[in-house]
Amino acid sequence: MTSETASAAPARSGFRIDFHIWGPVIALIALVALGAFLNPNFLSYGNVTNVLARSAFIGIIAVGMTFVITSGGLDLSVGSMAAFIAGVMILIMNALVPSMGVGWGVILIGMAAALAVGLIAGLVNGLLITQARIEAFIVTLGTMGIFRSLITWLADGGTLSLNFEVRELYRPVYYDGLLGVAWPIIVFALVAIIGETIMRKTPFGRHCAAIGSNEQVARYSAVHVDRVRLMTYVLLGILVGIATIMYVPRLGSASSSTGVLWELEAIAAVIIGGTVLKGGFGRVWGTVVGVLILSLIDNILNLANLVSPYLNGAIQGVIIILAVVLQRQRKAER
Amino acid sequence: MKLKALAGVLALGVAFATPLYAQDAETAVIGVSIPAATHGWAGGMNFHAQATIDSLEERYENLDFVLSTASDPGQQVSDIEDMMATRNIDALVVLPFESEPLTGPVARVKEAGKWVTVVDRGLSQENIENLYVAGDNPGFGRVAGEFFKEKLPEGGNIIVLRGIPTTIDNERVEAFEAAIEGSGIEIVGMEHGNWNRDDAFEVTQDLLSRNSDVVAVWASDDDMAVGAIEAINQAGREGEMWVLGGAGMKEMIQRVMDGDEMVPANVTYPPAMIGTAIELTALNFVSNAPVSGDFIIGSVLITQENAENYYFPDSPF
Repeated sequence: MTSETASAAPARSGFRIDFHIWGPVIALIALVALGAFLNPNFLSYGNVTNVLARSAFIGIIAVGMTFVITSGGLDLSVGSMAAFIAGVMILIMNALVPSMGVGWGVILIGMAAALAVGLIAGLVNGLLITQARIEAFIVTLGTMGIFRSLITWLADGGTLSLNFEVRELYRPVYYDGLLGVAWPIIVFALVAIIGETIMRKTPFGRHCAAIGSNEQVARYSAVHVDRVRLMTYVLLGILVGIATIMYVPRLGSASSSTGVLWELEAIAAVIIGGTVLKGGFGRVWGTVVGVLILSLIDNILNLANLVSPYLNGAIQGVIIILAVVLQRQRKAER
Repeated sequence: MKLKALAGVLALGVAFATPLYAQDAETAVIGVSIPAATHGWAGGMNFHAQATIDSLEERYENLDFVLSTASDPGQQVSDIEDMMATRNIDALVVLPFESEPLTGPVARVKEAGKWVTVVDRGLSQENIENLYVAGDNPGFGRVAGEFFKEKLPEGGNIIVLRGIPTTIDNERVEAFEAAIEGSGIEIVGMEHGNWNRDDAFEVTQDLLSRNSDVVAVWASDDDMAVGAIEAINQAGREGEMWVLGGAGMKEMIQRVMDGDEMVPANVTYPPAMIGTAIELTALNFVSNAPVSGDFIIGSVLITQENAENYYFPDSPF
């Protein structure tokens, strides 16, 4: 015991597990171990691809959400926005088929439209928040309802379906990949790496944290508070567009039930990952871990038949709270 | 008076009802309160409600309609109160969002001496409504179960996707399980897909990873069938299994008509039942035909032979 203490003394911090940093990772590893223990198929190539690919939509959005929350904002509209963008994208591509024929041209225009609509939607949110000085919660609650109604209206209450032949051409964007790694996983990984770099290495990332921790101080330190804040919403809008580009080829349809509760899943993933809901501190890699935790819970419950399916939501809730408790406790001690 | 009839009898002589009788009577106002089009089936229901109202308004000058759609039970209660207070309705056709919260408000409409038609979801108290029009949920499960039994005489492993946890879903699944009992068909995986394409897609993916020998999927709803089919295609197992949905979405009926091996049949649960309810309620005001009682619309198996009769290309569902 004594010798152990002695040898540990020089690197004390290295021996204690810092739950604030490693909490989410430990939870993730525990979940993977549990999954592998419960079902041999859990670690199969097919299942891993399924889980990662379906995490991509929420994941790509959650990376953007990390910036918004870090700078002290919030966006409740992303789920509805994704549904709206998917609807617009499908309508545009269907409308172009008669004149342009079925080809990648149509799909590329659809993709560009998704990015443009996402950018505009993010810009509207951002301008209302920074210029009209309305609380982010209220603005995005409003646009959440607006986008949701618009998609219901566009779809006439039913479902918008992509032209069959375009769909066949577009389908590989979700289902195929590079060297066995599905495209949505690749895009998610790229978005996450770029996001982490921006958060860590650029003035923009530091400004987000500065605004989130103290807006007044940031303002006196010559940070363009409004501009940075506006940018976080625009960035999130564009990322919702990217997520939608990956989503549409999956089922080739959009309806009023598309993207329901995505906003809460994205926010939950961000918080599980260690970003502070009040703003001031954010980390993108943590968000990625949070997203994976959320989709693994669902996956394991489906694979294992552990509890009545009625209780799936409860299990999810418990794990979300546990993951956050782990990291907060350490923080409170300090 | 209890009317029990199959969907085929739906016409019920509406065309022959003599509007003469009430033609010169005062205008009757019929309020229609339904949930908003938040999913495919409800979208179809909204479409048929509007279509029926349009055609009735054209046919009968002395009928007026007030249509409102609600996106939650609270809003539906307010809608009904508004109809009573400001539109002075003579009859209410209501498809309750949820049974419990709507029971009180609808009972008050009845106490005020109005005609009440309840559609699909029953109220939690009996004998409030004059007319009850509904789909046959146990029948829906039973017809599906019988089809499985017929198609899999040797038995086999199947996957079941359930809807949103509700009485409707429980009744369907219980009847399905009862119908396949003793047939050697085993349900190896059953999860909630919430009548949603995306959820059904993910749940099917997981259930397929878990079970390697599945011969069929009871998706129990056409939106869920879309997700399930996509998951099966992705797993590269499209030759091994077929999918039975339900409710009669036009794209699925189309596939049944085309003889698609993966979609061999469908079971009806027609969103057009709201039309039946409105037509029957209207009959009460324009004719002498008695229409009070229960009207249960049977669930029918759609196969390639009769699919054409159930194909409505104009409906959004």
